[in-house]
Amino acid sequence: MVSSFPGTPEPPFYHPLSLVPSRTTTGTGLFEQVRKMQSSMDEQTMRNSRLIPLLQAMQEECGYLPADRLKVLSEELGVPLSRMYGVATFYTQFRFEPLGRHLVRVCHGTACHVNGAMQIADAMTDCLGTKEGETSKDGEFTVERVACLGCCSLSPVMMVDDRVHGKLDKEKVKEVIGKLMRGELDGQ
Amino acid sequence: MVSRILVGMNSCGMAAGAQETLAAIRKGLASRGLEIPVKVVGCSGNCYREPFVEVMTGSMRTGYGDMTHDRVERLLDEHIVGGKEVEEWVVRRSCTDREEGFDRDGYFSKQVKIVLENSGTIDPESIDDYLAADGYKALEKALKMAPEEIINEIDHSGLRGRGGAGFPTGMKWKLTRNVKAEKKFIICNGDEGDPGAFMDRNVLEGDPHKVIEGMIIGAYAVGSDEGYVYCRAEYPLAIKRLLKALVQARERGFLGHDILSSGFSFDIHVKEGAGAFVCGEETALIHSIEGKRGMPRPRPPYPSVKGLFGASTMINNVETWANVAWIIRNGAAGYAAFGMGKSKGTKVFALAGKVKRGGNVEVPMGMPLKEILYDIAGGSRSGKDIKAVQMGGPSGGCIPSRLFDTPVTYEHMTQTGAIVGSGGMVVMDTDTCMVDVAKFFQDFTVKESCGKCTFCRLGTKRMLELLIRISGPDGTEADIDALAALGDEVKAGSLCGLGQTAPNPALTTLRYFKDEYLAHVREKRCPSNVCKPLMRYVITDRCIGCTACARACPVKAISGTVKQRHSIDQTICIKCGSCIGACRFGAVDITGLNGGDVDA
Repeated sequence: MVSSFPGTPEPPFYHPLSLVPSRTTTGTGLFEQVRKMQSSMDEQTMRNSRLIPLLQAMQEECGYLPADRLKVLSEELGVPLSRMYGVATFYTQFRFEPLGRHLVRVCHGTACHVNGAMQIADAMTDCLGTKEGETSKDGEFTVERVACLGCCSLSPVMMVDDRVHGKLDKEKVKEVIGKLMRGELDGQ
Repeated sequence: MVSRILVGMNSCGMAAGAQETLAAIRKGLASRGLEIPVKVVGCSGNCYREPFVEVMTGSMRTGYGDMTHDRVERLLDEHIVGGKEVEEWVVRRSCTDREEGFDRDGYFSKQVKIVLENSGTIDPESIDDYLAADGYKALEKALKMAPEEIINEIDHSGLRGRGGAGFPTGMKWKLTRNVKAEKKFIICNGDEGDPGAFMDRNVLEGDPHKVIEGMIIGAYAVGSDEGYVYCRAEYPLAIKRLLKALVQARERGFLGHDILSSGFSFDIHVKEGAGAFVCGEETALIHSIEGKRGMPRPRPPYPSVKGLFGASTMINNVETWANVAWIIRNGAAGYAAFGMGKSKGTKVFALAGKVKRGGNVEVPMGMPLKEILYDIAGGSRSGKDIKAVQMGGPSGGCIPSRLFDTPVTYEHMTQTGAIVGSGGMVVMDTDTCMVDVAKFFQDFTVKESCGKCTFCRLGTKRMLELLIRISGPDGTEADIDALAALGDEVKAGSLCGLGQTAPNPALTTLRYFKDEYLAHVREKRCPSNVCKPLMRYVITDRCIGCTACARACPVKAISGTVKQRHSIDQTICIKCGSCIGACRFGAVDITGLNGGDVDA
């Protein structure tokens, strides 16, 4: 089993050595006691303990946890998929859907609600074919519903990446989305 | 002659623009052809003055606050080149060789730095800096001592767990030492999850070697050969600096096989958390390292008997570990000289909320709350009275201003119903509604409950629902009684610290601010004007009919003709407050549901 001693670069995600214990692979920074401990410790216990760092590496690489990759990992680690799912859903860090290139947060605070946040959400669906909580098929946009962006006097508002767009109506939503699609708001 | 420039570069400083300041200093020096070393250091604790830059001239050290990049040119011209301080920007001055100093805000004078002794002074990424500041001297000394001697020293110092519970550290070490086992683990708990707490981040970012040195000494004392630091993933800079420090420590032979030729071997892994508040609980943390869902389990068996991978395990908090080297270097008596009663030494607190001077402060235990809140932190930012201070995060409680004479010790804090906790102090002024505060923390614990115990999973949720009802028009006094009763039951019916302490914010606010709760349910009024369902915006006869409010209203709830008093349609009003901001005549008032003129 390769240790995860800091300073030793983590093996690449699919590297078989990261999954299969090996008595001969010691890496650097390992010493007698650890090797002794590892041989005495149940191999499956050691594999289990690699699960969270491996999920973190997978998410780092893919942006989320893809189902097919999870299946492969499940087989190689010998950890049932159900257990992996249980672990991954316990921690808020892990996502099962990829985030789009742009994150659109539509405000559903009180002021936006009475000023037609639902119409804005509908307009978004018209433009992108994406409902709130989903990502568009081309992977460009993730649309989220948020409680309040704190810009009530500009309502209804939405936040695209880090920028707030206010006083929206259907036309303006189309305009903003159009600009985003043409890349005119990138880098701003 | 200026010998060195220090720039504070922890996460807090960087958010305030320290990187731009550093770049401007380097560029400015280069363009002047000056070769003065510029050093990146940790945080001095005065986060309210970030970015913080210090200039060393011989034995004199001058600290400049609020050093955004646009101030750099003048600093370089006047102080570095001209040799004259920019007097109005100086917030601190100290000398290494004589008693002479200046402390503009009075922020530093009352502090005693043990844990933070090097923070803001040394480069956290340089082991040579740490060695120059007596680093790893304690380890050299400890390796010549018998393990029992070290444990006695820690025991006599009176050091107690700084993560919140305050268990005597010496006793914990003794228990682990006495376990007969071939394999023992030690763990550093860096899963600092309380909202409003950032002491551990500052220690790990500003002086990582200190934590590592403490862990090596602890491992030697209890007979462990392998350690883990569990650090939350939200602290990327802390993890980066820690990993770098571990590599350096290994290169110099402080970690790894046969440390300093003593025959003792030990190494440290770093595990990143994945976002779960409950993992700060020791058995949950162990499960998380094992790759499981981070759920707590009943104790006993305690981790010292059966912990990580079934082996004997000793867990201490970051700040606890950071005290160890100082105690070994200076002796137990030196440490025990600070503090009061059974609470010895110093404690780092994170000041946040509506406070004038926020940041990390390290004070001797036993200092009265008011000295910390007023003398050091300068009272509230708004100038209004401080109503209460919330200590210990979601596990702690609110202490009202009339108890601000209470000394900060484990015992005194427990008597108030709050806890010392990890050290977060969130200051609240008269604009803060205590029911709302209870609701905020209850919402937090509802989301963070792991779901194992029924009382924690459902009880906290029911408590939140009661609090929401109390802060709305339908609350009754029976709800308040139910809240108190349920709070006691959640405490009794939960397995781990999260559930056992989750009712504390609600229970302590009930204990000290019952009048506010009663105002909500009896008078249908939020005294601090925070709970929107109990607020009604009304326009008084001070209105001259300028129409500014009507134009500002996002929902067109205000009507009226020019030069006539306007009125607000309560069925449309969303209580966003835009009208108050727009009115230049103070004609918009907030009343409770039963008060004031009803316009529409």
